[in-house]
Amino acid sequence: MTLLKRIAPQLVALALLVALVTVFYPDFLKIGISGDRLVGPMIDVLKRGAPVALLATGMTLVIATRGIDLSVGTTMAICGAVAASAVAGGWGLGPALLLALAAGALAGLWNGLLVAVVGIQPFVATLILMTMGRGIAQLITEGRILTFTDAGFAFFGSGSLLGLPVPAWLWLACGLGMAALMRRTALGLLVESIGINRRASALAGVNATVLLIAVYVVSGLCAALAGIVVTADIRGADANNAGLWLELDAILAVVIGGNSLLGGRFSIIASLIGALIIQTIDTGILLAGFPSEYNLVIKAVLVLVILVLQSPRIAGEWRLWRDSHRASREAALQRGAAK
Amino acid sequence: MLLTIRSLTKTFPGTRALDAVDFDLAAGEVHALLGENGAGKSTLIKCLTGAYRRDGGTITLDGATIDPQSTVEAQEQGIGTVYQEVNLLPNLTVAQNLMFGREPRRWGLVNSRALRAEARETLRPYGLDIDVDRDLGSYSVAIQQIVAIARAVALSGKVLILDEPTASLDAAEVRMVFDVVRGLRERGLGIVFVSHFLDQVFDLTDRVTVLRNGRKIVTERTAELDRVKLIEHMLGRALEHEVAGQAARTAAARPPLLEFRGFGRRGVVEPFDLTVGQGEVVGLAGLLGSGRTESAEMMFGVRPAQSGEASDAQSRLDLSSPRAAIAEGFGFVPEERKTDGIVAELSIRENIILGLQARRGWARPIPRSEQNRIADDYIKRLDIRTSGREKPIGELSGGNQQKAILARWLAMNPRFLILDEPTRGIDVGAHAEILRLIRELTQAGMSILLVSSEIDELVASADRVIVLRDRRHVAELDGPRVTGAEIMRAIAGGEVAA
Repeated sequence: MTLLKRIAPQLVALALLVALVTVFYPDFLKIGISGDRLVGPMIDVLKRGAPVALLATGMTLVIATRGIDLSVGTTMAICGAVAASAVAGGWGLGPALLLALAAGALAGLWNGLLVAVVGIQPFVATLILMTMGRGIAQLITEGRILTFTDAGFAFFGSGSLLGLPVPAWLWLACGLGMAALMRRTALGLLVESIGINRRASALAGVNATVLLIAVYVVSGLCAALAGIVVTADIRGADANNAGLWLELDAILAVVIGGNSLLGGRFSIIASLIGALIIQTIDTGILLAGFPSEYNLVIKAVLVLVILVLQSPRIAGEWRLWRDSHRASREAALQRGAAK
Repeated sequence: MLLTIRSLTKTFPGTRALDAVDFDLAAGEVHALLGENGAGKSTLIKCLTGAYRRDGGTITLDGATIDPQSTVEAQEQGIGTVYQEVNLLPNLTVAQNLMFGREPRRWGLVNSRALRAEARETLRPYGLDIDVDRDLGSYSVAIQQIVAIARAVALSGKVLILDEPTASLDAAEVRMVFDVVRGLRERGLGIVFVSHFLDQVFDLTDRVTVLRNGRKIVTERTAELDRVKLIEHMLGRALEHEVAGQAARTAAARPPLLEFRGFGRRGVVEPFDLTVGQGEVVGLAGLLGSGRTESAEMMFGVRPAQSGEASDAQSRLDLSSPRAAIAEGFGFVPEERKTDGIVAELSIRENIILGLQARRGWARPIPRSEQNRIADDYIKRLDIRTSGREKPIGELSGGNQQKAILARWLAMNPRFLILDEPTRGIDVGAHAEILRLIRELTQAGMSILLVSSEIDELVASADRVIVLRDRRHVAELDGPRVTGAEIMRAIAGGEVAA
């Protein structure tokens, strides 16, 4: 299956959604230039969608192995706190970022060991860190919102490069880079293989345990990047709210991307479009000027509609309808030709 | 008779699991129920315990016709069951397990003093002096098994069904459980004993009933039973009948390729020695549960050996995991194709190159053109019937799936290929092709370990046959001694064994 065919449903959903938002807010597609950067609602979607898109990249791999990572939201908080306290403590930007990434990798390693070696179900294994993580982040920030003034660090949240916001570059690079890594090497096949049948894969010589740990480490690294972005954006580490509930949006993005929670075949690019769909809904609802009480309900309804439209059953019905329509039209044409 | 079963019939879509089976159980009798895979033992037991509804026939217990609808009802009527895996709750105490569901109560609350007292009372006849307040899980499997028996007897009290109760016990523990069973026999219970261990059957039981393909073949007194005859009944194959087309066995000694010394794992397979020659087919024969598959899995590192070592002409081999074994040039086609072999949603191409790719490492992907070439090559060579290489392997028939799994290993060109029941559940045509393939491979110098329950298959393909019984390698047959009769005699064991 070619990539375009695989992501077509997500692209169609995104296009319809953009059209819908434009009906309520005609300026949605307008892009202007302010100084050296592009501005406009779509650019805002690209920027604000960064945390979920980053999380969805790692989450796609975890879900492909028939797992789930509930801890990514709190891992964001931990890594943000690590980065902010390192920067505020005068460690310098480079070491601060490396420390944050290391913290994310460590969180992923913990999850991976629990799942792959100890054999705890992923839902439960990652729930442990999800519960514990905010406490760890609060210990690091000592219960305060840890602010900093380092302009270099803030650049990762609010800076721009070649007109586009830096967070947008980050998720594009991370997501597309990861997708390329999976498909240009054999990793994609091996991950799918252990997601479908771990035992058979291990008997064929696939190093299932190491791979399984690795996808959780990747998920932790993606969460660290997301944590760096939100912390840099608000110039402070908020242990209580950074990444709150974002693991659910990330899982949703993967599902909207048409990836099965039962593992196996996956597409990171489809998950990225899923993340864009979620952010378009969030931004669109705000811009359309609905009272804020409606936001979550409208979001839920839109997500439901997208998922129903994507379901294999609906797709089958649509194909049936199209084929019968085509057949009847051809029959009509033949009758016309016969005359 | 305590229990009388007449014309018991049970049909599942496509198969008749039990076909008019008769079975009698006297009070004070231990009656063995024997049969290979699919013989109908489990179905018979499930009909008896109410887990299945029978389609026809009668069950009479103590003169009254019974028709249990559930295991609870069967228990109330007097039929209790103990399974191979103890199905009690390891994190409750022994007393709680024994009295579960019938706890003595006072004012609606569990009276724990009476509970303990009754539990001790229940255990007393079994000569088991254990602390009933400790968690059941803290005791050995044998003690748990006896507690399960005590519970079943206390609940039902007439008929006790033991479904492979000794499968995870060592010799001393088996004796312990058997003493308990003999005690129950003296108390007048009727006991149905299901086991794959023939020595235990001869040791413990009074009568034997053999099932095969859903039919009752024979019921005889154990003391009058000839071991070889018993095996014939179980396998459905007479000794007189010899297969035509035996493997052309060369008398010339082959250069040894691999050597296993004292290779074993506690509770799985007793240590054995085995030498495998270059281009040789070594067969593993034995009944279900004799340790055939376990030996194969141990050699491939699935459940690594705990004792002994394996070596080739140069050095000691690392067989601690499948990956390690593959690195030593081993291959393994597992018995359970669906759970251990295929990766169902991946294409035939991906399934075939999976092992090769795993060995090369993730960073060196096999180019797509190369993958296509390998897949097409094996689809043609092994005649895998498919509309194309990109079809998910799960959509193929069993025989074609098996060929694709074989292709996965052949693509890796192992020096030693382990085939566990390679022809199980595949059609006749594919069956013959796989046996032909085995011959071709060995002519090209590959050594093969063929694990099979089909004696004809071993006689037709193997240069040498190792026979297993009760998890031990009991005989090694080579040259002209590789005949169905010799194999069956060795499987039967006892005084008949040469």
